Amino acid sequence: MIRFLMAIFVTLTITAARADDIRVAVTTSFENSGLADLLLPHIAADTGLDVQLLVVGTGQALRLGAAGDVDAVLVHARDAELVYIADGHATHRTPIMYNDFVIIGPQDDPAGIRNALTAADAMATLQTAQAPFVSRGDDSGTHKAERALWADDTAFGPWYRAVGAGMGAALNTASAMDAYIVADRASWLNFRNKGNLTVLFDGDPALFNQYAYLPVTPSKGAVRHDRALRLEAWLLSATARDLINGYKIADTQLFVFNGN
Amino acid sequence: MNDILDGLRAAFWLVVSLDAELMNISLRSLQVTLTAVVISCAIGIPFGAYLAVQRFRYRRMVISIINALMGLPPVVVGLIVYIMLSRSGPFGVLGLLFTPTAMIIAQIIIITPLITSIAHQAMRELWAEYHDLLISLNTTKWQRIKTLVWDGRRNLLTAGLAGFGRAIGEVGAIMIVGGNIDNVTRVLTTAIALETGKGDFALALGLGFVLIGLSLIVNIAIHSLSRTEREGRW
Amino acid sequence: MPPLYTLSDVTVKRRGRRILGPVNLSIDAGGPTMVIGPNGSGKTSLLRVTYGIERISTGQVTTNGNGDTHAFVFQSPTVLRRTVAENLAYPLRVRGATDINAAVDRWLDRIGLTQQANRAATRLSGGERQKLAIARALICEPQVLFLDEPCANLDGHTTREIEALLATTAHAGTKLIMSTHDMGQARRLADNVIFLLNGAVHETGSATVLSAPTKTPELAAFLKGDIVT
Repeated sequence: MIRFLMAIFVTLTITAARADDIRVAVTTSFENSGLADLLLPHIAADTGLDVQLLVVGTGQALRLGAAGDVDAVLVHARDAELVYIADGHATHRTPIMYNDFVIIGPQDDPAGIRNALTAADAMATLQTAQAPFVSRGDDSGTHKAERALWADDTAFGPWYRAVGAGMGAALNTASAMDAYIVADRASWLNFRNKGNLTVLFDGDPALFNQYAYLPVTPSKGAVRHDRALRLEAWLLSATARDLINGYKIADTQLFVFNGN
Repeated sequence: MNDILDGLRAAFWLVVSLDAELMNISLRSLQVTLTAVVISCAIGIPFGAYLAVQRFRYRRMVISIINALMGLPPVVVGLIVYIMLSRSGPFGVLGLLFTPTAMIIAQIIIITPLITSIAHQAMRELWAEYHDLLISLNTTKWQRIKTLVWDGRRNLLTAGLAGFGRAIGEVGAIMIVGGNIDNVTRVLTTAIALETGKGDFALALGLGFVLIGLSLIVNIAIHSLSRTEREGRW
Repeated sequence: MPPLYTLSDVTVKRRGRRILGPVNLSIDAGGPTMVIGPNGSGKTSLLRVTYGIERISTGQVTTNGNGDTHAFVFQSPTVLRRTVAENLAYPLRVRGATDINAAVDRWLDRIGLTQQANRAATRLSGGERQKLAIARALICEPQVLFLDEPCANLDGHTTREIEALLATTAHAGTKLIMSTHDMGQARRLADNVIFLLNGAVHETGSATVLSAPTKTPELAAFLKGDIVT
């Protein structure tokens, strides 16, 4: 009996020590796009790196990096990233690709934002109309971007529902409530529970969403900085560029590579 | 309603086609939970029996604390274990974070109070029955515990199965300490959370039905094992 | 020869109520000692404190047997949730004895349960259980056997079997200390008698007191069948 237990224990701990694995914390909006599933096999084949993705909110991703529990993070919150580097948690930031945010709402658009001229206008309209709105509420990159779009980000009422959850969960809630929501296009396209919702506004440069790769500072315990740099090199390679630019859902390109 | 039917359909196809990923995460679910249950029983059952037979000053308080620990929110347990196992934490050098071992540790912490409590209850009742006899026979404390555990094994099985049920469906703690990493620490419950987050309710429900099915199989298997014993000797 | 058990100023109090005592008494080796008295007079407590499985509130119980082994048979028989054979084997296993099977077989035969050896003990009738309990008590060959109203709930047939077994055991040299409310049983088995009333030892003496004049009127009334308080 004891031997059986030991065998199980050993098997499970062995899986903890694979050759050339690297842990990267990425945001839910990155994972929900489906791009990771495309890139990981190529990364393994080209670099021999076994990338283990931890899909968490931006806040948690940065926290994991600060604790030295992951070797790199991939997030989309520029201001937070700069502070992060200044605080010494990451060595630098490398922009890799961008996409955009879209404003999503019910098909019949009760608040009437479809013909707004700018993102700020659309959001102001929502605020005046007090239309039901779902916010990530979790201090993620998407959440910060959304907050920045409001004219007055203190005048909220019960119509503003902060769910404190990832992109998918927030979209689920919006779908069930027939509410408006700001999401990144990639997550939206890959989302399977759209219900009555559709994209009502996009195209404003204010909705620009930049993803960056930050290797964690090597001084933190056993962070595998060399592998983080190898991954970074691959993410800047031509292969990566072609794969990222070529990734489409419903004939729409999701990300634009800008890593150089 | 459609979603539920889609879910059942998804479950059926996943199982029938022996979907590789499904096999992978199901096996891991069972490995993690069964290991946790075995270890928790090894801790909780003797301890529950000990609490039943040994009188000591703070016994009532200890029992109350264990009962209270049953209400520990799994997410909180997950956070604490994460902090312990984090690179910047006390046990970071062990490198256990984001491995199935970390998940097992978290589940052990969650289910041991439950198993101990049920085991203690069963042992207490049996001890009330055996008390006079075992004392009159001059048995040692250890002999009493062994006798209670063996004679009360059917009820202790219930304790183990209760622990199993709690652990196999747990998702909060193992999400935090395991990280739901594809091929490494993804199990049925965390996969369900992931697919739900992606809005793929049919697949999430399908995985859910597979999970329920697995749990049923384990319970039926255990019960039929104990019944044959009953038929044969009792 | 020193007495087997000596009780000095023993009292037993539970929840402020005095159940037994003060008792000053000694029990000698030899023939069976029967403890008699009305219900609630403290017979069970007396047996249990003398044996040592009940806490005394004041006083002292001294065992002068130089390591005499003893066993206890309770009024309602406790069986382990195992087979009959395993129940018999249990006391031997606890002691780490060897050659258990032979002893078990012998005793199964003596109590007539050989056919039931592998049956669940919980399935036995009340009488069979009590016989099992007695056999289990005797299998380690104790020098003293305590019995607390063992035949209280049994039919006449089983009572006779058990009395026969006890008589043989007593003749073989085992000291019996037994409580009963059956005066006939007391007359049949007793060598000496302890009469308890309201938690106190009211009279002791040889068994002749059961048929001849008693020292106290209460015992006489009790023997006549009156309710004595």
